[in-house]
Amino acid sequence: MSSGAARGRAGVIGFIVAETSLFAVFVVAYLFYIGKSATGPSPREVLDLPIVGTVCLLSSSLTVALATRALAAGRIARAGSWLLVTVALGLVFLAGTAREWRRLIVEHGFTIGTNLFGSTFYPLVGLHASHVILGLVMLSLCLVFAWSGALKVVHASRVELVSWYWHFVDGVWVVVFTVVYVVGR
Amino acid sequence: MSSVPTAVPVPRDIATPSESPGVLAILHDWVVTVDHKRLGIMYVVTGFIFLVIGGVEATLMRVQLAWPGLTVVPAETFNRLFTLHGTTMVFLFGIPIVFGFGNYLVPLMIGARDLAFPRLNAFGFWVLLFGGVLLYFSFLGGDGLYGAGSAPAVGWFAYAPLSERAFTPGNATDYWNLSILITGFGTIATAINLIATITTMRAPGMMLSRMPVYVWTMLVVSGMTVLILPPLSAAQIMLLLDRFLGAHYFDTQAGGSAILWQHFFWFFGHPEVYILMVPGFGFASEIIPVFSRKVIFGYATLVAATVGIGAVSMSVWAHHMFAVGMGSTLNSFFAISSMLVGVPTGVKIFNWLATMYGGKLRFRVAMLFCCAFLFQFLCAGLTGIMLAVAPWDWQLTDSYFVVAHFHFVLIGGLLFTIFAAIYYWFPKVTGRMLSERLGRWHFWLLVVGFNLTFVTMHFPGVLGMPRRIYTYPADRGWDILNLVTTLGVPLQALAVLIFIINVLYSLRRGERAGDNPWEAWTLEWATSSPPPAYNFATVPAVTSRRPLWDVQHPDDPDGPHE
Repeated sequence: MSSGAARGRAGVIGFIVAETSLFAVFVVAYLFYIGKSATGPSPREVLDLPIVGTVCLLSSSLTVALATRALAAGRIARAGSWLLVTVALGLVFLAGTAREWRRLIVEHGFTIGTNLFGSTFYPLVGLHASHVILGLVMLSLCLVFAWSGALKVVHASRVELVSWYWHFVDGVWVVVFTVVYVVGR
Repeated sequence: MSSVPTAVPVPRDIATPSESPGVLAILHDWVVTVDHKRLGIMYVVTGFIFLVIGGVEATLMRVQLAWPGLTVVPAETFNRLFTLHGTTMVFLFGIPIVFGFGNYLVPLMIGARDLAFPRLNAFGFWVLLFGGVLLYFSFLGGDGLYGAGSAPAVGWFAYAPLSERAFTPGNATDYWNLSILITGFGTIATAINLIATITTMRAPGMMLSRMPVYVWTMLVVSGMTVLILPPLSAAQIMLLLDRFLGAHYFDTQAGGSAILWQHFFWFFGHPEVYILMVPGFGFASEIIPVFSRKVIFGYATLVAATVGIGAVSMSVWAHHMFAVGMGSTLNSFFAISSMLVGVPTGVKIFNWLATMYGGKLRFRVAMLFCCAFLFQFLCAGLTGIMLAVAPWDWQLTDSYFVVAHFHFVLIGGLLFTIFAAIYYWFPKVTGRMLSERLGRWHFWLLVVGFNLTFVTMHFPGVLGMPRRIYTYPADRGWDILNLVTTLGVPLQALAVLIFIINVLYSLRRGERAGDNPWEAWTLEWATSSPPPAYNFATVPAVTSRRPLWDVQHPDDPDGPHE
């Protein structure tokens, strides 16, 4: 019979494939509508490159990998520290998105209903941000368990599944960044 | 309780309850269950309840169309009826039946004790059920309770911008949207569950090349579900954003596209047809060999054809859109890819015929349904090839020819294999046989009724009768044909009634089935009927594609011949 770990891996891979398919349609819609807005503003006028957030999010992939490796080696405290760094990096990214949206909405009056750019920008970036939030909830739970002592070596394969999801969220950001801030701008 | 006079307590685990549990206890058991067999039964029963509801809607439409100028239902109601009929049959009948059978049969066929994630499985079922309830609640809530009698009226594919708020005010369309969105989440969850089960929980020795064809079809179908249902969810989220937050995804006045929704919907919608139909191929591939007393002909080609259909079906979607003017390059691409689907499908038909050829055929009811399926599905495939020719499609798009074509696929193909599957596996599920006598009445009435309705329906389509009209003038030459089409309906309704009577009667009075009434060879027949909660006391070892043959014939095992 199979182990729970194999089942978990198969389930998470299936989940990630489904999520990829979901994102793909939002990306296609964004690409399809680039430059088709009837009114302004255009992406070039209002978007700045979110460099800091991107660097933080991408490096958090490394730190979460270090956390799972430390956990597998039985170094729980070390794993907890890397999880803490990962959560902090994720929060910096979210703060960047929040600042960007605040600037767009309050200063530029640019909302989802302004034009096609707004209609496709907010759902795509927002869908990604909601996935970041979900990932942060799961990582924070792991972190709390690491501090409380509930997290043990036997849970390494489960935390690894959380890290797969986090890598996926990062990978999606690479696509979103390319499409929204490079191709579309 | 027992009449033991002493105070010695009977240990709990060997005490037998002397009285049957109450209704509430039984209900509680079913509501909290995470057992794949019970969930499978609940899926299938739910599916059949929605089949009857969808059938009543179809009957109302057919009565309205029986003769020119009738006013049985007003135009508005007619629009709601065809919207709910289509939505119900695809999402609330087809999907629960496909995943219900998958739920019940896959773990038994691969020698597992349950699905990989039993609680996720229960989630999938309940989300689907309440999604269906939400759709039908729109009758009451579509315009608020004071506007009772409203329901979505935008067709089962809810083309935007028609489904935008500017053209469809009120909440009825939002009920459609939310209901299908959440049933979709349940379906995706169940598909992931089946993939995890099939890839990691097979009995020792059951390599992929020894898996029953039905399990292969469920693996392909689950993979397709994971790839094509999220795009529908995405499109529905976009429509919700348009309707509630003022986004412009499908708003042509702000520069949005009028055909983007069609692309998104059919990228889901066409593979969806295969998600419904491919498990039917699986049923036929299990049933035909058993009633031909032969191994399935060309197992490897059959599996390859299944995977091939799954792959090709994702590149054919825009053949639903020839009439929107995509240009000759895209038209040619989608025409060719659509015809390509005919190749693996043809391979399958020859597989089944070659399995029957030279076999010792036993025409029990399950086999009868499979035979009718072969003929009717072939006809459905041929009209499908006709519609894949773009100029032909320009002539017949949105006509009753198209309606007849896809009902030939979904009733003549899918529903017939579902009935075959029910006659075949009912003994395993309940421990009792369905009545063959009632079954033959069921079969012949359905064959005659179905063909009367749907063969005839092709002709008004060729004569130019568009679909989705609630009435038509008398001078078009459509009237007799429509009357005949409607006359087939009571025969089909009677057939389904006989089927329901057969099920209820056989549940109480049916002949005892025993473990393996059909002398079949796949693992589900190795356990008792009905199977115990744990399925198999010892996990069976598998040495070939027909494990029970190997057990019965140790002198001539299958393995060396494969």
